[in-house]
Amino acid sequence: MKLITAVIKPFKLDDVKDALKAIDVTGITVSEVRGFGRQGGHTETYRGAEYKIDFVPKVSLATVVDESRVDDVVDAITKSAATGKIGDGKIWITDVDRVVRIRTGEEGTDAI
Amino acid sequence: MFALDSGDTAWVLTSAALVLFMTPGLAFFYGGMVRSKNVLGMLMQNVFAMGLVSTIWAIVGFSLVFGDSGNGWIGNFDFLFLADVRDLDGDIPGMALVAFQMMFAVITPALITGATADRLKFGSYAVLIGFWSLLVYIPAAKWVFNGWLLDMGALDFAGGTAIHINAGVAALAVVIVIGNRRGHGTVAMPPHNLPLTMLGTGILWFGWIGFNAGSGLAADGVAAQALVNTHLAAATGMLGWLLVERLKSGHATTLGAASGAVAGLVAITPCAGFVGGPAPLVIGTAAGVLCFLALGIKEKMDWDDSLDVIAVHLIGGIVGTLLLGFFADTEINGEFDGLFYGGGLELLKDQFVAALVVGVFSFVVTFALAKIIDGAMGLRVDEDAELQGLDQSQHAESAYSS
Repeated sequence: MKLITAVIKPFKLDDVKDALKAIDVTGITVSEVRGFGRQGGHTETYRGAEYKIDFVPKVSLATVVDESRVDDVVDAITKSAATGKIGDGKIWITDVDRVVRIRTGEEGTDAI
Repeated sequence: MFALDSGDTAWVLTSAALVLFMTPGLAFFYGGMVRSKNVLGMLMQNVFAMGLVSTIWAIVGFSLVFGDSGNGWIGNFDFLFLADVRDLDGDIPGMALVAFQMMFAVITPALITGATADRLKFGSYAVLIGFWSLLVYIPAAKWVFNGWLLDMGALDFAGGTAIHINAGVAALAVVIVIGNRRGHGTVAMPPHNLPLTMLGTGILWFGWIGFNAGSGLAADGVAAQALVNTHLAAATGMLGWLLVERLKSGHATTLGAASGAVAGLVAITPCAGFVGGPAPLVIGTAAGVLCFLALGIKEKMDWDDSLDVIAVHLIGGIVGTLLLGFFADTEINGEFDGLFYGGGLELLKDQFVAALVVGVFSFVVTFALAKIIDGAMGLRVDEDAELQGLDQSQHAESAYSS
C-alpha cells in the first residue's frame, strides 16, 4: 500500500476530486496549507507599505491506495491539477506499513 | 422652565446616539488592522473608553467644560454629578447637551489607541485615558467649544482641534514614551481582517453625520449643510487618497478607500457648519491626498504610529482647521468669512493659533502624563506578553478559536 500526497493549487481541488472519483478512488483527506516552492511569494501593499508574503496558500491532499493503482492515481492528479504555470505543486509517494478500518477492524487493502 | 424646541431636541438626542456608535465603529476600524492576537485588546481599549470616560464625564467632566465659571480656561463644579443641569438655558434640555458632548469625550481618547496598538498594558491604559480626559481633553474642549479660543475668534464646528489635533498629538507623545512595537520594521505586521476595517469605516461614516450635523445643536439649515458637507468630504477624501495611492503604489486598495474616507471626515469636522458650495469637495480631496502623503512622516522619524493616527487625525485635523480659514462663508454660518470669501487673514490666523495652542498643550501634558504613568506602573507590556499578544496576555481570551 502506498500513501499518495499531493500539494496543489487550491482552485484545482474540485477538478482533482472529480478525476479521482472517476477512477474509483474511495477517499481522500484534504488540508489547507501554506508554503513556498519555486513559485515564491507575492507582495501586498497596505497604506503604501509593501509586505512580502512568502507563504502561498495551497491545498494538500492525501490518499492511501493499493500499489497497483499508484500510476493511475498519479496520472489523474497530474492531468487534473495542471495549469502549465509555475506553482502547480508536487506529488510524492510513500510506503504504508499498515492500514486499519476503525469501524470493523479490517486491515490492509480491505481497509482502503 | 425655558422654551424647548422639540425638533432641535430630537435631533441632538439622535445625534448623541449616532456619535456613541462611532466608538465601536472605531474599534472595528482599528481592530481589523492589527494582528489577530491583538484584536480583542484593540476592541477592549476602545469599548472601555465608553465605560470609563462616560463615568468621568458624569461626575465632573461636563461641569468642568460647561459650568459657568466666568473664565475662558476651565469650568466649575456647578454641575458635579450632573446636578442642576436642567437649569441650563437654551432651546434644548441641558441633559441633551450632556449626552451629545459625552460621546465626544468618549471617542477622543479612543482615537489614540491606533498609534499605540499591540503594546499597552491594559491597567495602565485605563489610568492614562482617565487622567488624559481630565487633564487634556476637558481643558481643550472648554477652550475650543466654550472658552478663550472661541472668544478669540477661532472656529471649530465639531472638534478639528479639540478632538483630532488633540488626539493626534497625544498619540505621538505616547508613542515617543513607549517606543516601537517589537519587530517594527523587520517583522511584517499586515492587517489581519480588512473586512472588519471596512465595517468600522461604514459605522464611522454613518456616526459622523451626527457628530458634525448635530454640533450646531439645532435641526436647521446649518445642520443640513453640515450633513451634506460631511458626506461629500468623506466621498472626495476616498477619491483623493485612492488616486494618489494608485499612482504611487500601483493599486487602489480597500484599506486606502477606508483611510481616505476617514481622512475626509476628519478634515471636514471643524468646517462642517461653516462652509458650502465646492468647499467640502476641495477639503475632502485635499485631506485624502495630504493624509496619504503624510504616511511618510512616521517612516522618516521612526515613530511606530502603528495605525497612522498622526497621518489621518493630526494631519487631517490640521488640514481642516487651516482650510476653514480660507473657506468659511458668512452665507452659510452668518458670522465669519475666510480668505477666499473676503474675510482677509484674520480667521486664518486665529485657526493657526488654535491648532498650535491645542497641539502644544496636548503634547506637553500627554508626554508628562505618559512618563509619570510609565515610571509608576509601566505603560508597556513585557516582551513575553507582547509576543503572546494582548488578547491572551491582557484579557485571557482569544478572538478566534481553532
